[in-house]
Order: sequence, then C-alpha cells, then structure tokens
Amino acid sequence: MEFQIGTEPMAGSEAAIFVPSNDAREHLVVIGNGMAGCRAVEELLARDAGRYRVTIFGAEPHVNYNRIMLSPVLAGEKTFDEIIINDRTWYADNRIDLIVADPVIAIDRTAKTVTSQSGRTVAYDKLLIATGSDPFIIPVPGKDLPGVISFRDMKDVDAMLDAANRGGDAVVIGGGLLGLEAAQGLTLRGMKVTVLHIMPTLMERQLDEAAGWLLKSALEARGQTILTGADTAEICGDGKVEGVRLKDGTLIPASLVVMAVGIRPCVVLARAAGLDIGRGIKVDDHMVTSDPDVLAVGECVEHDGNVYGLVAPLWDMCRSLADGLTDRHTGYKGSVTSTKLKVAGLDVFSAGDFSGGEGCEDIVLRDASRGVYKRVVVKEDRVIGAVLYGDTADGGWYFDLLKRGENVADIRDLLIFGQAFASGGGALDPKAAVAALSDDAEICGCNGVSKGQVVACINAGACSLDAVRAGCKASASCGSCTGLVETILALTLGEDVQSGPKTMCKCTSFGHDDVRREIVAQGMTSIPEVMQKLHWSTPDGCSSCRPALNYYLLCALPGAYVDDQQSRFVNERMHANIQKDGTYSVVPRMWGGLTNPRELRAIADVVEKFNAPMVKVTGGQRLDIFGIKKEDLPAVWADLNAAGMVSGHAYGKSLRTVKTCVGSEWCRFGTQDSTGLGVKAERMTWGSWMPHKFKIAVSGCPRNCAEATIKDFGIVCVDSGYELHVGGNGGIHVRVTDLLCKVSTEQEALDYCAAFTQLYREEARYLERTAPWIERVGVDYVKARIVEDDAGREALRARFLFSQQFMQDDPWAERVAGEHAELHQHIAQVRPLETV
Amino acid sequence: MTGDWLDIGSVDQITPGNARTLPVLGGEEIAIFRTTSGDFHALVNRCPHKQGPLSQGIVHGGVVTCPLHNWNISLKTGEALGEDKGCVPVIPLKVDAGRIFLLRDAVIGKRAA
Ligand code: SRM
Ligand SMILES: Cc1cc2nc3c(=O)[nH]c(=O)nc-3n(C[C@H](O)[C@H](O)[C@H](O)COP(=O)(O)OP(=O)(O)OC[C@H]3O[C@@H](n4cnc5c(N)ncnc54)[C@H](O)[C@@H]3O)c2cc1C
Ligand code: SF4
Ligand code: FES
Repeated sequence: MEFQIGTEPMAGSEAAIFVPSNDAREHLVVIGNGMAGCRAVEELLARDAGRYRVTIFGAEPHVNYNRIMLSPVLAGEKTFDEIIINDRTWYADNRIDLIVADPVIAIDRTAKTVTSQSGRTVAYDKLLIATGSDPFIIPVPGKDLPGVISFRDMKDVDAMLDAANRGGDAVVIGGGLLGLEAAQGLTLRGMKVTVLHIMPTLMERQLDEAAGWLLKSALEARGQTILTGADTAEICGDGKVEGVRLKDGTLIPASLVVMAVGIRPCVVLARAAGLDIGRGIKVDDHMVTSDPDVLAVGECVEHDGNVYGLVAPLWDMCRSLADGLTDRHTGYKGSVTSTKLKVAGLDVFSAGDFSGGEGCEDIVLRDASRGVYKRVVVKEDRVIGAVLYGDTADGGWYFDLLKRGENVADIRDLLIFGQAFASGGGALDPKAAVAALSDDAEICGCNGVSKGQVVACINAGACSLDAVRAGCKASASCGSCTGLVETILALTLGEDVQSGPKTMCKCTSFGHDDVRREIVAQGMTSIPEVMQKLHWSTPDGCSSCRPALNYYLLCALPGAYVDDQQSRFVNERMHANIQKDGTYSVVPRMWGGLTNPRELRAIADVVEKFNAPMVKVTGGQRLDIFGIKKEDLPAVWADLNAAGMVSGHAYGKSLRTVKTCVGSEWCRFGTQDSTGLGVKAERMTWGSWMPHKFKIAVSGCPRNCAEATIKDFGIVCVDSGYELHVGGNGGIHVRVTDLLCKVSTEQEALDYCAAFTQLYREEARYLERTAPWIERVGVDYVKARIVEDDAGREALRARFLFSQQFMQDDPWAERVAGEHAELHQHIAQVRPLETV
Repeated sequence: MTGDWLDIGSVDQITPGNARTLPVLGGEEIAIFRTTSGDFHALVNRCPHKQGPLSQGIVHGGVVTCPLHNWNISLKTGEALGEDKGCVPVIPLKVDAGRIFLLRDAVIGKRAA
C-alpha cells in the first residue's frame, strides 16, 4: 500500500498526478488540513479505522496545528512545534495521504474528482470540504499595501513577528477576540499598539458595557491605546503602510496594520461546484451538503441557519459527521457557545443570553478591589447567560448549568458566589451562613472590620446601615459588603432595623452625596467605572441613576468628561422639548427677553417653512415653536443659527431663562439697567448643566416686575445697588427667595451669581432645585460659603467660569454640523407596495 | 427564505443603548433598539400608555423608559413593567451576518387595512 506525506514546504509541481494504488476501500478526500478537517478524520478513525482510504489537501505548508494557539505563539508563550496537533507520524501511522501547500481549485461532482493548483486530479467516493473561513478585509483605500495583514494562519503570525522585530507602531483594526489577542501579542513583542474599534465597547458581542469597560481599562494599563467609536477611512502609505486615517481626520502612524474585523465562511470552491450555499455551505444534521457524496464541516458550513466561529461547535459537528459516515445516525443539533479571551492575566468569560428583559433577573457581583465583575442572568429559575470578568473560575460551571437547563431555585441566593459556595457546606440560607460566621471573620475588607466589631457597634446603638457605616466604617468605602452588614443588622436587631437615608435608586446602596464624594475622591471618569467601583447591583443602571451619574461626572470633570448621550433624557438628547404627539417644540434663546426684527423674521420664516402649527410667547419671555418633527430639527436649527440665535435650553436641567424688566433705560421707576444686567447674566451662565433647571431674573426696582423673588437667583435693583435673592420657586410649591446679601456694583452681582451657581452645581443632588436644596442645607450655610468667605466665593466663581469655557458651544450648531445625525434620521423606510 | 425577512440595515447603524426608527408607509412606525449588551429588539414605536415614542426613551438592561411619563416597557415582550399595565406589539427580529432583519409579515401586517 502506498501513501504520501507532503514535505514542508513542498513544491506542488514536483508531485505527479496521484494515482490511487490497489486499495479497494472507499476513498475519502478532505479539502482543508485545519482543525475541523483533521478532527473529522480522527473521529472517523476512532470509530472504524480501516473503513476509508483518506487523502487530505491543505493549502498551508504545515501539518495540522491548533489555530487558536496562534495567539500564544504571537505572544511568545508557545512555539509552533508546541501547537502541532498531529505530526507527520500520525498521518503515516494512519496511512493518510497528506498533500500540503497545494490548494484544491476545482471539484467535478459528475466525474467525482478534485483538482489541485499543481494539477493533481484525485478521484473520491466521499468528499469532505473543511475550508474554514477567510478573514474579512474592510474595503478601504490602502487595504492592499504591504504591511496590512490579517490574523488567521501561521504565515500571518510570521509576518507580524517580522514587523515586530523592526519595532515601531502597530494598529489593530477590530476590538473583538482576535484583534485584542493580536494587540496583546504585538505589545509583548515590543510594539506600540493602538486598537481601533468601531463600536463604543470592546468585544460588544460577548461582553456587556460593564465588562467591556473593565477590559478597556486593563488594556490601557498595559500600555495599549484603545480607540472606541473609531471608524477607519483609509490606510495611508507610499508603497508600504505608514498610518491609518480615521473618518474624523485623526492620523495614527503605523508600520503594521492588522485587520481583525471578522471572518467569512470560505465557500468559493463549493459555490463553483454548484452546491447549495447560504452564508456558508448548507449541511443537514449529518453534515451532508446538497450532494449526498459531499460533506462539509467546520467554519465553512451553515447548519440550521447558523454559522460558527469557535471550535467547540466543530467538535460536535465532527462527531455527528463521523457517526454518519459509519452508519450511526446521531445527528448534529446545533451548539450553544461560550467565549474566553486568551490574554494572560485578563480573565474574561461570556456565554448565553445576557440581554436581560422581561422575566429575567440579573444577579450582579462587583468587587472593585479585586477588579471582579460577575453577572448571571436567571430566567424562570434557570441560568440563561453569564458574563464574568476578573474571576472566571466558575465560567464552566455556569455554562454547564446553562446548557443543562438546570433548576437553580434552591441555590439562587448563593449562585453568584460560585460553585464552591452554592453547592458546598449545606448552609444554603445566606442568613444562616452569616450567622455561622465567627466573630473574627472579616466583613469589610476595605476597612478591616470584623463581624464582632460590627455586632459591637450595633449593640452600642447603631440601628441602621448608615449608623454602622459611621460607627465602625464597615461598608463605608466600596460598599461590596453592604449585604453582609444588612444581614448582621437583621440578625442582631430583628424588627428594630431602621432604614437609612434614601439611596440614589434601586441599583445602589449609596445615596447621592456618597456617590458624588467618591467620584471626586477616587477620580472616577466614566459611568461604567462608577458602577464598578461602587458595586452597582445592575449591569448598566436605570433611567434614574444614569442621568444623575452623567451629570455628576460632567460637573466633576469640566472639559474632560465625554458626555454619555444614552444617559440623557430625550429632551437633552434632542435639544428640544418632546410633546405629547412625539413632535418637538423649539425655543431659541432671547437674551434677557430682548429680540429684534432679524430674529423675529427668522422665527416667522421657520414657522412657515416647516408648517409649525403653533408659535407661542412663553412664560419665560421668549417664543416657542411647536410641532417640529425630529427629522426636521437640524434644518430648523440651521435656519435659526443663521439668524444668530442659539439654543434656549428650554428642555434642560440647565440654565433656562433670564427674565428682565425694562429698568432704568425706559421705566420711570427704574433704578439700574436691569435689562442690561440680565443679558450679561445670561451670557455668563447659558449652556451650563445643573442638577435641575435654573432660572434667573433681574427687576429694575422693588416693584419686581420680573418676579425675581420666585427665581433660583433673583436680582432686585435698588438705588444703592443690588439685592441678591436665592432659592425661589414657582410651580406647585411656591417658595419666595431668601435674601442672600446686598452688593453695590454690577460686577459683584455677577460674581456672586457665578459663585452661587457653582455651589449649587457642586453640592445639590440631581433633580433637586435650589429651593429644596436650600431648605435642606439652610440659607446660613449658603451665606457662609458665598458671603462670608471671600476666597471661597472667588474659587467657586473661578471654577464656574472655567467650566463654562467648555459648555458654551451651541448644541444646535453641533447638530447642524452633522454630529449625532443618526438621532434625527430613520434607519430605513418601508414602503410595502410591491407585495402581500 | 429571505422573502420572509426584511433587511433593514447593518448592525453598526445603531450604537449600543440607542434606538432608530423605521416608518412604514401606511402603517405604524417601528422602533429598533440595541441594548448596551448588544442585543436587538423591535417594537411598534408607540407606548401603551399614551402613544409616547418609545424610540426616544432611555434604554437600560432589556427595558426602555418611555420619554413621556416614564413607564418601563420590556423590549422582549413589549409589556409594561411594575404597576403599569399594557402591551405594545413586538416585531420579530433577527441579526444575521451583521444585518438586521424584521419579520416581513409583522412589519407589513401593521399597515392599516
Ligand atoms: C413653555 C412654558 C409654558 C409657556 O408656554 O409659557 C413651560 C412649559 C413647560 N414647563 Fe414650565 N414652562 C414655562 C415656564 C415656566 C415658569 C415661568 C417662568 O419660568 O418664569 C414656571 C414657574 C417658575 C419656576 O420654574 O419656578 C414653570 C414651572 C414649571 C414646573 C414646576 C417647577 C417646580 O420647581 O415646581 C415644571 C415641572 C418640572 O420642571 O418638573 C415645568 C415643566 C414644564 C414642561 C417642561 C413640562 C414637561 O416636562 O414637558 C413644559 C414643556 C412644554 C414644552 O414642551 O415646551 N414648568 N414653567 C414656559 C417656558 C419658559 C421658557 O421660555 O423656557
Ligand atoms: C488567532 C486565532 C485565535 C482563535 N482563538 C479561538 C479560541 O480561543 N477559541 C475558539 O473556540 N476558537 C478560536 N479561534 C477560531 C478557531 O481557530 C476556528 O474556529 C477553527 O480553526 C475553525 O476550524 P476549521 O477547520 O473550520 O477552519 P481552519 O482551522 O481555518 O481550517 C481550514 C483549513 O483549510 C485550508 N483551506 C482553505 N481552502 C482550501 C483549499 N481550497 N484547498 C486546501 N485547503 C484549503 C486552510 O488553509 C486551513 O488550513 C481562533 C482563531 C484564530 C485565527
Ligand atoms: S402648566 Fe402644565 S400644562 Fe402648562 S406647560 Fe406647564 S407643565 Fe405643561
Ligand atoms: S405615553 Fe409612555 S408613559 Fe405615557
């Protein structure tokens, strides 16, 4: 009997047409010497070693190796020899003809032969196509330049290692599993790596926002630059790669560009042979294609509408295929997959469905000190999804529970702590588990507080969570032991536990003030970071805490924080007021209530041009245009901008209007130029985001026609100067202002206004207007900070003006210039006229 | 096969935590959502309370909060959560090879007769 083993590398032309020897067995020809092709042969040999004569064609000049280990090879953790699955003796021992470096270029299903590039023609009885996938190359200019490579096979790894030896900058396009593993390898090989990812979070298909943020921070800490939302426009270079240009114009220098944006099943051969193709080669449950003598397996196939890009499903497919070829018809039923990132020191795992929704319950555990985030999604007492970051030891266990659809009702409360907890020790009741802890057991890791100390603190009179936090510091820092402390409270006091001050929302055990304090103290810079460090109990917050956190960060980091549009209420996202019919109203700013013919004409034109059904004078001394469609908003603003008008923020938790009266310029009683001062105040404060809406008014005399004494900051002009009033409110609970102080110059009035505004911005809770805030902290406190502390006032004023530098870009102008255009456009339209 | 599903665009057109609208000529507008976990859902863009445009709400977990009066609507079932009662039709959606597909009959069936 004769067999042939390809040498590495083997010149295809050396070999003549391979003539089958006098072997009467059925001939199985395999196209593709990769993971699925060889595994299928292994499974077949294990069932019936002698049944088929086997020939394998491989395009690569190698024996069968473990493709997923290319990442460790790139990272220098493994050599190529270490990742070989089957060496040449395996082929020899099993009498497999291996022909390498010679791709098959045609299949003739009538003659039942395949022909290779070198001209070999081989006849088959059964043909197995296992051609895997091709990397997807994004069609940008420069994609063919030398130095642009994909990450699929050993040749790509060699090319990357070559480039790394020359040093310099690398850009990896694609922040999925493959791209991040490439980036890590290149970093370890000494290159300066930038990862470009088009979506806002890394590995968005496998990870939720919280885990994606942790991953990004960890990679940045390793020296990589991660740009999310980065859309590649072109790869630049003259004869070789020199850089990548993004659609926003940024140019990133690079001598190497790795494209890892996705894969496409490799179906060219099968399509040319006339087999049924969908996204992949269509196969039945036994991996048989539309031709009964042709099978297909691996990433190149489509089974039941699904294509796979991971190895686990391939193993299942190979088993069913081998069963079928040896007359055992088990049949493949599709696979559930899980993902793990192979980057040393970064443990990331995900499986199943973690989108949440009706009937789903999220169990979240965050341990900021260990960098751990775990989320298990349970529905009808069954685990349906899991995302683990930082501690993936229980990934396999959750995945197993998920695949088996096991009922977890009994271990629900301990599930998140992992297998060791949930299935060990018999103590299934968490309360009993805490009761059983010894007095020495550490409860709060941050402050080193033992159970005995917590109990002592409670026995000494602390009967609420807050009192315990104040008394012994337990749970006062990161909050991850809050549940434990609450259980100890319940065990010690029973019914007598008092609930503490209101928490921000159901997602956290912290109140607003705690959150604000920690944001500043720990220098936090993003919403996912706050949620992680303060142990949010939900994966991405709710409609109460997201806007609050967005504001707190914006206030803490003027100029540096990138506003999160998804955390804004619709009005602030659209920069207009939503109406009951889903249209919007638009209110342009009229400084101090002043207007002129040019503005009025522009408003009149807009009303006519866009058929606005109503235009109205508001209670805030300006004009409101009603009934504008979201698609038309940018055009409306463009027209108003052209006449010099900017957004009036009638929609925002922000500075609204500055109402004025006519004042000394015209009024026979006016004592100062209230109109002019109002305009100055509005020019200074407009655009500022606040905990709630904020209104200012300036009246020219104590007759107070501008209603300054029911405004957040009101100025009443008198002969000798300016009375400054704070904390007024119209609305349901009318509150008259408190007198803050009297000043003698216009500039002082403005300075105090800026300082007061900033104090409110920094210290009030989100959605707390100045009136309830002052009721809470007392007007004396405000006076102490603004009137009695000159240096403090000056510092507040300076912080306000600093922050205003970044706030006074007209949001309308940005939208008119095209920013966030998608918010105003439909994704598509359906005109269902042609069918049904 | 593809005749049963309408391809309405690539997944990249909706960023996580966001929604886009799909007007249906002579029918009801549809809102397509992408959660921060990256899942896609489609609902008729009309709150069961007072017809608020759900596409404009804040998305968190698998829920959207209506922009008009803060009802929370499940993206998976279209049902109002908590104390509120009501339901909005869900449009079957699938993602395939980076494209978003809606069940044709569900989209067109929403067209007024
Ligand atoms: C348009 C306007 C009525 C009008 O046609 O005159 C108006 C309209 C609304 N007001 Fe007002 N308020 C308007 C002047 C006022 C005034 C008068 C004033 O500013 O001098 C007050 C009393 C003063 C005050 O704020 O203390 C006022 C007290 C309220 C309140 C109660 C606030 C409170 O703290 O108690 C609300 C409810 C809220 O904000 O939660 C409210 C809420 C609203 C909302 C935003 C309701 C909503 O959430 O959709 C209305 C938006 C309609 C829209 O889409 O445009 N509006 N609202 C006025 C816009 C002024 C502007 O040019 O920006
Ligand atoms: C860097 C990297 C890391 C990965 N990490 C993981 C991971 O951690 N976990 C995981 O589950 N999966 C991972 N994968 C995916 C996994 O490697 C694939 O799912 C698996 O290799 C697919 O097997 P296959 O046999 O279908 O394709 P392949 O292994 O690609 O085999 C196909 C073979 O067919 C050859 N071929 C193609 N056309 C022809 C032709 N006309 N004639 C002859 N030969 C041909 C190709 O050259 C190739 O050798 C990773 C992939 C890469 C590239
Ligand atoms: S008073 Fe009531 S109805 Fe009138 S605009 Fe204000 S919120 Fe709307
Ligand atoms: S219309 Fe949606 S909550 Fe009222």
